[in-house]
Amino acid sequence: MAPLVSAATLPSPPVAPVVPDTKVPSPWRRRGVDLLLSWPFPLSVLLLWQLGAQFEWIPAQILPAPLVVAQTFADLWATGELQDHLLISLGRVLYGFSLGTGLGLLLGVSMGLSPLVKDYLYPTFRLFAQVPSLGWLPLLMMVVGIDEALKIILISKAAFVPVTMNTYNGLRNVPTSLIEVSKVFRFTRWQLLRKVVFPAAFPTLWNGIRYGLTHAWLALVAVELLASSEGLGYLIVYGRQLFQLDVVLTAVVVVGAVGFTLDKVLAVIESRLLRWRRDAF
Amino acid sequence: MNPTLRTALRGATLPALVLGAWWAVFHFGWTDTKLFVPPSEVWDTAVRLTANGYLWTSLQASLGRFLAGFVIGAVTGTAVGTALGLSRLFEKVVAPSLHTVKQVSLLAWIPLISVWFGLGDPAKIAFLSLAAFFPVALNTFEGIRSVPRELIEVARVFAFSRTQLLRRVVLPAALPSIFTGIYLGLLYAWLATLGAEYLLTSGSGIGNLLTDGREHFWMDQVLLGVVIVGLVGFVINLVATRLEARSLAWRGKSTAQF
Repeated sequence: MAPLVSAATLPSPPVAPVVPDTKVPSPWRRRGVDLLLSWPFPLSVLLLWQLGAQFEWIPAQILPAPLVVAQTFADLWATGELQDHLLISLGRVLYGFSLGTGLGLLLGVSMGLSPLVKDYLYPTFRLFAQVPSLGWLPLLMMVVGIDEALKIILISKAAFVPVTMNTYNGLRNVPTSLIEVSKVFRFTRWQLLRKVVFPAAFPTLWNGIRYGLTHAWLALVAVELLASSEGLGYLIVYGRQLFQLDVVLTAVVVVGAVGFTLDKVLAVIESRLLRWRRDAF
Repeated sequence: MNPTLRTALRGATLPALVLGAWWAVFHFGWTDTKLFVPPSEVWDTAVRLTANGYLWTSLQASLGRFLAGFVIGAVTGTAVGTALGLSRLFEKVVAPSLHTVKQVSLLAWIPLISVWFGLGDPAKIAFLSLAAFFPVALNTFEGIRSVPRELIEVARVFAFSRTQLLRRVVLPAALPSIFTGIYLGLLYAWLATLGAEYLLTSGSGIGNLLTDGREHFWMDQVLLGVVIVGLVGFVINLVATRLEARSLAWRGKSTAQF
């Protein structure tokens, strides 16, 4: 194992004569160089920002120094305040997202498999999806108030639309040739669905779920900014009202980090679930 | 029965039922709620607000800042995306930071932007351009990066100059992806228009029409606002699709030759 790794990190003489261009660096080395190249830009921005605050080129009220933000982050974390808001936000997103995804899968699958259901429901669904979540928000606030129900409904709507859309499209676009082959093999309907239709539709369907989670997170931040007394969005509003921009920036960073992590988790699950695809080729 | 007509009728069933039930609830006096209003009242409000110009002013204000923000965002987005696509070095230095910043949920920027740009139109337009910038920049980048290598090689064989290469090969090949970006940029910018008008509550706009209606418990105005939001989204969608079909019309011809 060890010699393999070290050989890969060396500039390496041409091992395989098939590769004519020996100047192409090994993937490990290239990745290292890429990593090195990606740091100077954000670091210099941060440095400039820190210096700007230090020499008071920019007033702290408009843009607090990065070190101040880091300190605020540490403080909020130490008191447990940040975790509380984070957990509340995460709980809402998971609840709403699961609800929306469940309903979306249900509607998407039934429209994808039954043309009759599709005929009756698809136009109404399109009408409903035409108005973005933010457009529904004021109406929902009047009907259900600004309690927890509002947040869950809005978040599940945000996840519901892309999940339904992609599930339906994924099922509809299964190549006809695949269906024909399974007819030749005299698959039963259940076999057809389980072995052919769902695996073929899965990538599109999963994309819908990923969009759904991204949209759910977007909707959560929106609803917490507008109508909430806890959660990360509220922390942003609260910091803004008190003109504590360090709190605002801390919350914004956490919002970004959580959004990134949620998407990464789904990407990892996807590559696990799609392992069979690599075997096929 | 004609199959298309049958599909259309089936599709209209559910909306018709909902509309009918809504009308019946008020017509037969099954409810005395002050919250909901009959469909006819929404129509009356639409007529009244059109007559006194309120609707028109709001729509104009919203669409004006939507267009301004979108144009700024799309132009900078195309420029940055092109630079990212054409220069590997620029990509490696800037793209990771760009991807990181993109992760922040769009609306979370508004409180910061409001500190930097105030509550008026400059803040809203800045936010809208941010919303349009990311999809346009990333899709332009993707489009240029995925131009087939063979096309570039053929252009090299013909000894195209750099300008010729960009204008005749790279741009046409990247155009579909750029259009995807512009399309997404339009959608995000419209979403952001609403968000900006909710959170930066000065001036007029469709978002303010909705917020006003909610605060005064004017259900008719809120419902009208929802319909308008949907209609504007629909029109934006339509214009984008038409524009795309027209500028990519040459594609149909070139594939027909194969």
